[in-house]
Amino acid sequence: MTQYDADLHGWFGGAGSFGGRFMPEALIAALDELEIAWQKAMVDPAFVQEFEGMLQNYAGVPSMLYEAHRLSDHAGARILLKREDLNHTGAHKIRNVLGQALLTKRMGKTRVIAETGAGQHGVASATAAAYLGLDCTVYMGEVDTERQALNVARMQLLGAEVIPVKSGSRTLKDAINEALRDWVASVDHTAYLFGTAAGPHPFPSLVLSFVRSIGDEARRQCLDLTGRLPDAIAACVGGGSNAIGLFAGFLEDPEVAIYGFEAGGDGVETGRHAATIAAGSVGVLHGARTYVLQDEDGQTVESHSISAGLDYPGVGPQHAALAASGRASYFPVTDAEAMDAMALLARAEGIIPAIESAHAVAGALQIAPERQGQTILINLSGRGDKDMGTALDYFGLGTAGPSPVSEQGEEA
Amino acid sequence: MSTSVSVAFEKARADGRAALVGYLPAGFPTVDGGIAALTAMVEAGCDVIEIGLPYSDPVMDGPTIQAAAQQALDAGVRTTDVLRTVEAVAATGTPTLVMTYWNPIERYGVERFAQALYDAGGAGLITPDLTPDFAPEWIAAADARDLDKVFLVAPSSTDERIALTTAASRGFVYATAVMGVTGARAATSDLAGPLVARTKRAIETTAPGLPVGVGIGVSDGAQAAEVASYADGVIVGSAFVRTLLDHPGDLDAARRALVALTEDLAQGVRS
Ligand SMILES: Cc1ncc(COP(=O)(O)O)c(C=O)c1O
Repeated sequence: MTQYDADLHGWFGGAGSFGGRFMPEALIAALDELEIAWQKAMVDPAFVQEFEGMLQNYAGVPSMLYEAHRLSDHAGARILLKREDLNHTGAHKIRNVLGQALLTKRMGKTRVIAETGAGQHGVASATAAAYLGLDCTVYMGEVDTERQALNVARMQLLGAEVIPVKSGSRTLKDAINEALRDWVASVDHTAYLFGTAAGPHPFPSLVLSFVRSIGDEARRQCLDLTGRLPDAIAACVGGGSNAIGLFAGFLEDPEVAIYGFEAGGDGVETGRHAATIAAGSVGVLHGARTYVLQDEDGQTVESHSISAGLDYPGVGPQHAALAASGRASYFPVTDAEAMDAMALLARAEGIIPAIESAHAVAGALQIAPERQGQTILINLSGRGDKDMGTALDYFGLGTAGPSPVSEQGEEA
Repeated sequence: MSTSVSVAFEKARADGRAALVGYLPAGFPTVDGGIAALTAMVEAGCDVIEIGLPYSDPVMDGPTIQAAAQQALDAGVRTTDVLRTVEAVAATGTPTLVMTYWNPIERYGVERFAQALYDAGGAGLITPDLTPDFAPEWIAAADARDLDKVFLVAPSSTDERIALTTAASRGFVYATAVMGVTGARAATSDLAGPLVARTKRAIETTAPGLPVGVGIGVSDGAQAAEVASYADGVIVGSAFVRTLLDHPGDLDAARRALVALTEDLAQGVRS
């Protein structure tokens, strides 16, 4: 345990600060049961071995650390990309769901539920359920089922039932509410596969334990490749799972600067964004005290981002603590900046990133001028296949002819 | 001055019956309409009133209460409107609690809200997503003003947690006797009896005399009578909300239906 880990009650950054467990009593027994099962599993070599075997043989982990030469030339800094986009199902999310689904089997439960925004966590959950023979129900905001019909189809092909959520703002936060409502009534045989490092204790710590291999691998790979630690690391932050997974490998290396990039949407000043840490305030949402986008009365305010995976009005409590303590810095990246970075990475490296991950690339490019010649390691959390519809509209792609995407970014 | 709900429970106990606890969210159908509805429920026989604070993310509520709370929020209801509703209902002399998810209270300021609630004559809070082990601020603020702290127990609660909850509760302890969200149910639950029995056992040592209220989706007098046979209080929420939802725009008809429902339930807790 380090100063960055949660205490026994799930508090990060000191008792009463961030995290905790603000949940209905009806779910406390299930959370306690989950916590105990998880702790036992993590010290059971058989479980750890099986999990690692699944990651290697099924998910394609460890993902490579790729030196992006052309992007480095562009940035004036040495850019390393942690290629989580190459994992099975296309993102870091597979690590978390395989861990949680394996734990579900170990606990003797037969059904999993999950919430999803863009559908990435839903697809990963449906995949893990198919792989391990579990029933799977995914809650997805009605608005998102329309925006991401292809991912609905993927989940269905994988055997999951997708339930459109019609309450509230009909997006990710309401999908979480609905999954919690399901869980209260089904908890004896159902596990809730939480999609990010947020929610009530033990979820933030449990999810971290399954994704922290991102940072452990990256640290080793960076040492192997460059002989030293990176000067800075960067990740996008929605709920915060890919970011905390990377950050965990470097928290105790004070010489490594840590950056999280949140969705700035149309710009923080417009009010249409998902920059929870940069522009939110401390509150309690989905079981944890953290930064929240909320109004004067504590009602959750809708978030906005071109990237569905970052479009969440809360953030994992460990990030809140890291921001408050100053160990990590969080900045917003706008939709336009992220889309430019998506196009740039595609042109410069032949890699089409998820729009979420493009926020990390854009953010890294913004810090590069102060870090000329230094090494910046970016978590490329996912690939952009799922975002081609958005890119098509945004850039006006899809009609044969020369690329309508300007090369400005690359030349600049 | 605020009146603890224990006064109402004692009175019911002296009458040899259970107390009837009625719920509506504030601001539904409007702030004044809600006050009128709650006042009608008091006049028709509710012993205790719970006023819901509408919240954007009500994870413990089923579709009926969600719809009402959303309607109130869409109409712009504020925390101060909830306090105004409390003041109006408490003025009838009936003990009045606020039922609220935790974030709006943190946002208002725990101390500040406790004082405002006290000043409005409110009896205390029911906190569906705040358990005693995460409530030190609220417990301190409530104890400083003798406000009621109604925490919840559930069929899944261990005996140890039930004891922790009853020890921390004041006014009554709220037994959610089904595993699931709020909503009217046709049948009563076979989980309720055993939960109440376990809770009463814990009360003997941790909080002698603390009443047990049961919320279970009761929607008529017959169900109320059944719950009243083993509980000190019968809590009814969704059925009242449903009654108002079923009479949109016709306040007189809604009021008549509310009164009829309350009378039926009041009869039930007396049988
Ligand atoms: C590729 C990718 N990156 C990042 C995220 C954001 O989630 P988190 O902050 O938990 O990593 C998502 C979520 O859907 C995603 O699909």
